[in-house]
Amino acid sequence: MIRHLRVPHLSWRFIPVWQRNYLVWKKLAIPSILGNLADPMLYMLGLGYGLGSLLPDVAGMPYLTFLAAGTVAYSTMNAATFEVLYSSFSRMHVQRTWDAILNAPLTLDDVMLGELTWAVSKSLLSGLAILAVIWGLGLYGDFWMTLWIVPVVALVGFCFGGMGLVMNAVSPSYDFFLYYFTLVITPMVLLCGVFYPVSQLPAVLQGVSAWLPLTHAVDLARPLVVGRMPADIALHIFGLVAYGSVGYVIALALTRRRLLK
Amino acid sequence: MLKVRGLTKRYGGTEVVRGLDLDVRRGECFGLLGPNGAGKTTTLRLLLGLTDPDAGSIELAGIPVPARAREARMKVGVVPQMDNLDPDFSVRENLIAYGRYFGMTRQAITARVPELLDFAGLASKADAQIAQLSGGMKRRLTLARALVHDPEILFLDEPTTGLDPQARHLIWQGLRRLIGAGKTIVLTTHFMDEAERLADRLVILDHGAIVAEGAPRALIGSNIEPAVVEVYGEGLPAWTRDHAQGVCTRFESVGETLFCYTNDADCVIDALNHADGLRYVHRPSNLEDVFLKLTGRDLRD
Repeated sequence: MIRHLRVPHLSWRFIPVWQRNYLVWKKLAIPSILGNLADPMLYMLGLGYGLGSLLPDVAGMPYLTFLAAGTVAYSTMNAATFEVLYSSFSRMHVQRTWDAILNAPLTLDDVMLGELTWAVSKSLLSGLAILAVIWGLGLYGDFWMTLWIVPVVALVGFCFGGMGLVMNAVSPSYDFFLYYFTLVITPMVLLCGVFYPVSQLPAVLQGVSAWLPLTHAVDLARPLVVGRMPADIALHIFGLVAYGSVGYVIALALTRRRLLK
Repeated sequence: MLKVRGLTKRYGGTEVVRGLDLDVRRGECFGLLGPNGAGKTTTLRLLLGLTDPDAGSIELAGIPVPARAREARMKVGVVPQMDNLDPDFSVRENLIAYGRYFGMTRQAITARVPELLDFAGLASKADAQIAQLSGGMKRRLTLARALVHDPEILFLDEPTTGLDPQARHLIWQGLRRLIGAGKTIVLTTHFMDEAERLADRLVILDHGAIVAEGAPRALIGSNIEPAVVEVYGEGLPAWTRDHAQGVCTRFESVGETLFCYTNDADCVIDALNHADGLRYVHRPSNLEDVFLKLTGRDLRD
């Protein structure tokens, strides 16, 4: 892999790749939106009202608000992850769409940047849908502050898109992705303050949590929902950008080894 | 149009391409022949800059590869061995999406689509989904897709593998039209009749190196006797023992068949007519005979 590591050569040629994915998505937009967005919303509302009615305020806010802020980060992570795992894998490995594109004057760097920006777009969609529910139910503190959630969501999409592309690069089949969900995504959901405050965890796990990208996402999104400026903004942004771009560069090297050896 | 010198590619310890030299002239159809694993596809990938050579130089349409592969690929259309049409798009959308990868505007592509559909004989299928197309139609669409940006040179990797005779002839017709229009074509195949029909010049590759090079007719003329008599039947072992050496210029026993290569077929046939229990087929020798002589009859899979 080391032999294939190099600084990505970025160009505007990624746009037709993004556009290709967009045009395909547009054909199936309604079922896709329902499939991708209804699920987190149902969990959020079901747990938020059901569980929330049994709970006192959590971290100084109603449980539904607490959970809604966590869901913004969680559903955005899922949207990007599913896109670069299952969908990108179909295009790369099953349909060989990447091979066809690579015969045109695009490089793998362009193709994967197209996939990454498309994952960001799907994340934006997912995050905006949750945000719309937050607005609709009046779960926010300051409307203008919630607008900052839009760039946060894009950043979270970038982070998990870049990380997921690494799995895409090394996976022999769809089944392999289950490892990623079981060993990375699910533990992260439970450790990063989506459903309950990280402060409820044992100290060791709190230490682990501080290093996880979803923690950065939640720590940015939750204060913005309730109308506060997040603490350590630079740290969280750096964390998300770092996970995403290191992921992209490693994924590029691994995919180069896979497709262009 | 294409100039290759000393091209070498290694995977692990094995050299898959070993010091290849190629020259393809503008407007020529050039065949790259070889058994499975001879290095044909790897060579095409190297020429496109999709994998880096371990040694050697490539100049494609005057542009060095892989240094400026992106630019070079602007001038090349590729028909890959495995169909990779976009199953999420219709026939027309496939052409449009592909044109965009070459930086063409929607207007430029849309203006070109009718001509391409016509060329592929798919005008009535413009809005069909890919899954509804037959194998031959998919190949023709892949060929049309490779032409979307009006390339100077076309790379075809086994363009008719898996097609029925009707579909193959249609592809050949299309390729002849392109050659007639002055396009340069580089074609890999293991169908000798395809190479004999289409290629002006060809090389036969084996184990990553060139074993023969020239025009198909010239290769047959210089590498092999002009006629072949294939002999079968119960009396074959005895006849082979007693007569083959005497009447054949060169012969080869393969399973139940004797391939008798000869400069004087009449003499062989005369001898066979005097023997009992033998059947034979007499035919002019072809590129396949040359190919088998040079690359051997062992299976390569």
